[in-house]
Amino acid sequence: MSALVELDGVSKYYGNIRALEGVSLECRAGEITCVLGDNGAGKSTLIKIVAGLHRHDAGTFRIEGEETSLASPREALDRGIATVYQDLAVVPLMPVWRNFFLGSEPTKGAGPFKRLDVETMRRTTRSELLRMGIDLRDVDQPIGTLSGGERQCVAIARAVYFGAKVLVLDEPTAALGVKQSGVVLKYVAAARDAGLGVVLITHNPHHAYLVGDRFVLLKRGVMSASHTRQTVTLDELTRQMAGGSELEDLRHELERAQAPTHLGGHPAGKERPAD
Amino acid sequence: MSQAAPPATPGRTPEKVDERLLRTSPLRRLMGRPELGSVVGAVAVFVFFSIVADAFLQASSLATVLYAASTLGIMAVPVALLMIGGEFDLSAGVMVTSSALISSMFSYQMTANVWVGALVSLLVTLGLGAFNGLMLTRTKLPSFIITLGTFLMLTGLNLGLTKLISGTVSTKSIGDMEGFASASIVFGEFTIGDTTVKATIVWWLVLIAFATWILLRTRFGNWIFAVGGGADAARAVGVPVKRTKILLYMGVAFAAWISGQHLLFSFDVVQSGEGVGNELTYIIAAVIGGCLITGGYGSAIGSAVGALIFGMTSKGIVYAEWNPDWFKFFLGAMLLLATLLNAWVRKRAEATT
Repeated sequence: MSALVELDGVSKYYGNIRALEGVSLECRAGEITCVLGDNGAGKSTLIKIVAGLHRHDAGTFRIEGEETSLASPREALDRGIATVYQDLAVVPLMPVWRNFFLGSEPTKGAGPFKRLDVETMRRTTRSELLRMGIDLRDVDQPIGTLSGGERQCVAIARAVYFGAKVLVLDEPTAALGVKQSGVVLKYVAAARDAGLGVVLITHNPHHAYLVGDRFVLLKRGVMSASHTRQTVTLDELTRQMAGGSELEDLRHELERAQAPTHLGGHPAGKERPAD
Repeated sequence: MSQAAPPATPGRTPEKVDERLLRTSPLRRLMGRPELGSVVGAVAVFVFFSIVADAFLQASSLATVLYAASTLGIMAVPVALLMIGGEFDLSAGVMVTSSALISSMFSYQMTANVWVGALVSLLVTLGLGAFNGLMLTRTKLPSFIITLGTFLMLTGLNLGLTKLISGTVSTKSIGDMEGFASASIVFGEFTIGDTTVKATIVWWLVLIAFATWILLRTRFGNWIFAVGGGADAARAVGVPVKRTKILLYMGVAFAAWISGQHLLFSFDVVQSGEGVGNELTYIIAAVIGGCLITGGYGSAIGSAVGALIFGMTSKGIVYAEWNPDWFKFFLGAMLLLATLLNAWVRKRAEATT
């Protein structure tokens, strides 16, 4: 069986800036592939290529073994790739049920009387969320009133409901507390068990190791390591992720650092002149 | 969520109600509606003028108020939709005049049936709306700038072209031309029995109903809320953000065409300098009606209530025999009060749902 999503030596350039160079990863059904990297490592560029927001400039991008280049998020969705973004998963002021079906609203009636099937939308939202273990108080409440974790979960449930084969999650736990992160990871695992392939972008190796089957490390736009769960330990992953030797250097620098004479454009330790 | 819990309304059988959900009383559900603040305001204004102006409650006065509200309201409906979609249209006011001018001058110069002129005007006006929308989505500049540009250009074109073609600042009368009688029934006024009804009131009601249907019960309505409340999120789930915005601008253009034809067919000449400043009135009506200026929230009915407040105030001051100079002051105060009230109501409604 070929991988659901497979990148092979994929590169992306913005003008003369090399955002991504020679990155390879694969994601199979019922598996979680984690992409780890610090800020600016190229994680968002990678996700945008898979989600159809950008086209890649070099390398091959295969969906279920077929080489492709996605033109739009709509096309990615049609090919079964659903992306859940950390900050823009939902429209905060809209009720949960409208958010759940946004972009793929069911309708009934025909011609000028074609209208939203509100009853189905409400009922489905409630039952689908319940199936994922999310017991919502009221599907009519604006989704902005849910907690960050709940919002992520709604977005994941939505992707599962609409028959996604691959779920791409952009830092789903970045802005969340420990408990909320646990809840989200539980739904990520639930999606995996439902037979979906999951690409999980994160900069937290602990979260990644809890659920991941494969690990791809990005550093400054290039792939610095690629592991499967069998070939790496959490400690090793954490060390590589934290930059290993670079961390050592940083420690030295911090120890020896002199007190700066200037901070924020003003001589340190002096009163700001009154103006 | 704990304080100020509404007393559970007796008599309502709760079918499968979550125990964490405080029973929402109908009152609180009402509080969550975007148009609530404006309805309270409208009632206040109505009561106020009923007391201070003796003539205000007469049928003829109320008809005048309704007419004033409808001419504004026709435009406020699509402007509210556009605002829910997160954009402005500053060219809406002069576009009404442009539409009337095109219709009038085409019919006159071509000696065509006035309906042909109206049709040409419809196409050109829709084109203007599409231009606004396309410029916005292509350049990604703020709609404020784009439509300010269209506003100024149209203002200039209205005056310039009218003088060039007619020689004066107003168009020639088309009152005696073919089709004028039927057009003035559709766009001007008609009589049922012995009462004369302004056509704008009918158009207004139809537009309110249509826009409410679109907003609350169609996919497109869902998209309007989405592109205004979070364009990036909407795009990510496959909503055609650009198409939605362009269509919203064309909606404004369509209403501008109706208003323009009303302007033309209820008189028979059009002054080319008219319409400047009206665009802000439409926006005010939408905002008083509960539209969030940043998009993603609001209603068509709210804009209608906003227009009604506007109509009651502008005519109420006349019936109270005050100096109409005070009108703008009242309008400004009303705008501030309504916006504050809306913000307060929404905060309370959201905090307790």
